[in-house]
Amino acid sequence: MSWTGNVLRVNLTAGTCTSEPLNKAWTRQYLGQRGLATKYLSEEIDPTCDALGPDNKMIMTTGPLTGTMASTAGRYSVVTKSPLTGCVACSNSGGHFGNEMKNAGWDMIIFEGQSPTPVYLYVENEKAELRDASGYWGKSVWDTDAGLKTAHQDPLLRIAAIGVAGEKGVLYACIVNDLHRAAGRSGVGTVMGSKNLKAVAIRGTRGVKVADPLTFMKAATDAKKVLADNAVTGQGLPAYGTQVLMNVINETGALPTHNFRDVQFDGAADISAEAMVAPRKTDGKPNLVTNQACFACTIACGRVSQLDRGHYTVVNRPEYWGASGGLEYEAAWALGAATGVKDLEALTFANFLCNEQAIDPISLGATIAAAMELYEMGVITTEHTGGIELPFGSAQALTTLAELTCKGEGFGAEIGLGSRRLTEKYGHPDLSMTVKSQEFPAYDPRGVQGMGLSYATSNRGACHLRGYTVSSEILGIPEKTDPLSHEGKAGLVKAFQDATAAVDSAGICVFTTFAWTLEHIAPQIAAATGEAYTPESLLEIGERIWNLERRFNMAAGMTAADDTLPKRLLKDAAKTGPAKGMVAPLDKMLPEYYQLRGWTTDGIPTNETVERLAL
Amino acid sequence: MPTATIKLYSVLAQHLPPGAEKNTAPLQIDAATTVGGLIGSLNLPPQHCHLVLLNGVFVPPDARGSTPVRDGDALAIWPPVAGG
Repeated sequence: MSWTGNVLRVNLTAGTCTSEPLNKAWTRQYLGQRGLATKYLSEEIDPTCDALGPDNKMIMTTGPLTGTMASTAGRYSVVTKSPLTGCVACSNSGGHFGNEMKNAGWDMIIFEGQSPTPVYLYVENEKAELRDASGYWGKSVWDTDAGLKTAHQDPLLRIAAIGVAGEKGVLYACIVNDLHRAAGRSGVGTVMGSKNLKAVAIRGTRGVKVADPLTFMKAATDAKKVLADNAVTGQGLPAYGTQVLMNVINETGALPTHNFRDVQFDGAADISAEAMVAPRKTDGKPNLVTNQACFACTIACGRVSQLDRGHYTVVNRPEYWGASGGLEYEAAWALGAATGVKDLEALTFANFLCNEQAIDPISLGATIAAAMELYEMGVITTEHTGGIELPFGSAQALTTLAELTCKGEGFGAEIGLGSRRLTEKYGHPDLSMTVKSQEFPAYDPRGVQGMGLSYATSNRGACHLRGYTVSSEILGIPEKTDPLSHEGKAGLVKAFQDATAAVDSAGICVFTTFAWTLEHIAPQIAAATGEAYTPESLLEIGERIWNLERRFNMAAGMTAADDTLPKRLLKDAAKTGPAKGMVAPLDKMLPEYYQLRGWTTDGIPTNETVERLAL
Repeated sequence: MPTATIKLYSVLAQHLPPGAEKNTAPLQIDAATTVGGLIGSLNLPPQHCHLVLLNGVFVPPDARGSTPVRDGDALAIWPPVAGG
């Protein structure tokens, strides 16, 4: 129960939609969402396939709690092979789309092949069909969303779409649902674009049943009280959102600035959560309009912002004057500190563009930062950029390049390659702040040492959401550890990675874990599914998922040599702050991590580990 | 007179002295000033003083009463916060 038991298989080459039963045995091994879809992908594609070719598949997938009354239970994931990294990609999104998919009677949608012409998938409960999308090709996510709702005369359609960036092959295009919630990282939108699939529009009215309603309601209600009573999930996140971290991370000397040349940003306060709620000097209004919740969420960390109508970016563009998805911490960091831009309105505008045309603001900002460093070195000139001057700190450069990249035009097409390919093209690959070709998020591993190991070993390339040891090392959740020490971090990283893999497979938001442990989550899944899940079994499932992803990546060609960090982080010491003089001591953590994982010294899961986890 | 910088964020911002800018204010101190003493003198609710950073380095609760604040130091304090 809580599963519909139905998988929708969409063959884009043939133009067919067929239903098949969900593999229930796999749900017991891999839970749902991230784990389950990775199992399907591993079984169905050759990991060495061209990520943008017809042999790759793209899976939209829910978890066992998606669509239920559990808090934050609106999550879905997109799982595919990434064109940015060549690794398995799993991007997780909130909003209402995942709930709608489950309510329409589908646990999972598997897209295979490539359509010869642009199409969108229309789903109304059990009815599913591909329709012509040629009228939407070349349009933004926002215009596509509005157009489909009008065409179907249904304002309650839930739509996930790509923008022009995904059509044009920007390698970190994402899929945006509900206008500004994104399956954001690793280029899942690029894969969708390569399949000529513009959008998925769903209307579901069938409801989601759970196995033991009374037990489930009690478990879900008790867990919601834990969230409400917790200072972070009950007060901090709704009021200030993730952006509250900007000043925290800057103060601790772990805010990557100027393409990681520096670890502190003198404009951090100007682009922080506190700045978002303060009245602007220009028009007296704050940037932040309100917070917002995704489906069933009782935290409501989302930001809704409104631009200053007199700001240069929108002064004659009223289409951007309305309230829309505001800055989250990672986006504000990448578009701001990484590039040295301290103009909050410019960052907000760039963020609007990322939502409108569906690109990952982390990779965008980080790649622009790399280009700015190359520009300051004289390697990239205005001849390359089409006349755009690119010094660090230029808001004009940021917003111009954001517009060009969103449309894959001009120098924006090069920014759309991502940092690794851009810096290689210009002969300075060491300036790419990436792991496995994916751009770093907003924590410098010289100042948060566990994150260096977390980034290096992340199965989707540099990422904060695979093992967020910042929670312990900086924020003291669940307990404080020393961010400037590498001791004990191998075990900490593994514990975070395994637990997060389970949470990502459950249909709920990882932010619940600022208050919940697996002790709160397991009873909800057990009552919803009627299966015996415990915190221990969830942790084992998480470890199994981690190893499954690892084996996919090894089969795709990754080796232990890819478990590394850019030279800058390994060799160049932090210049200021508490980590001054320190580098990221990856070599002191990685061997212990391999050992704890039950992997060989070459990072390969041993036969014993494979057997123990029944992979 | 020796001076430290106090930085208060999130719900603690309401306890900033008048004239604070960007959540930051100068504060005169003396040779006996400690982290715990400053928290008390500013009437900061102890349960909200979760993340206490002296020059960016965490000061654990049991060390706050004995950790001196010196001229030029920066003391930044947050209630429990998270993000990502």
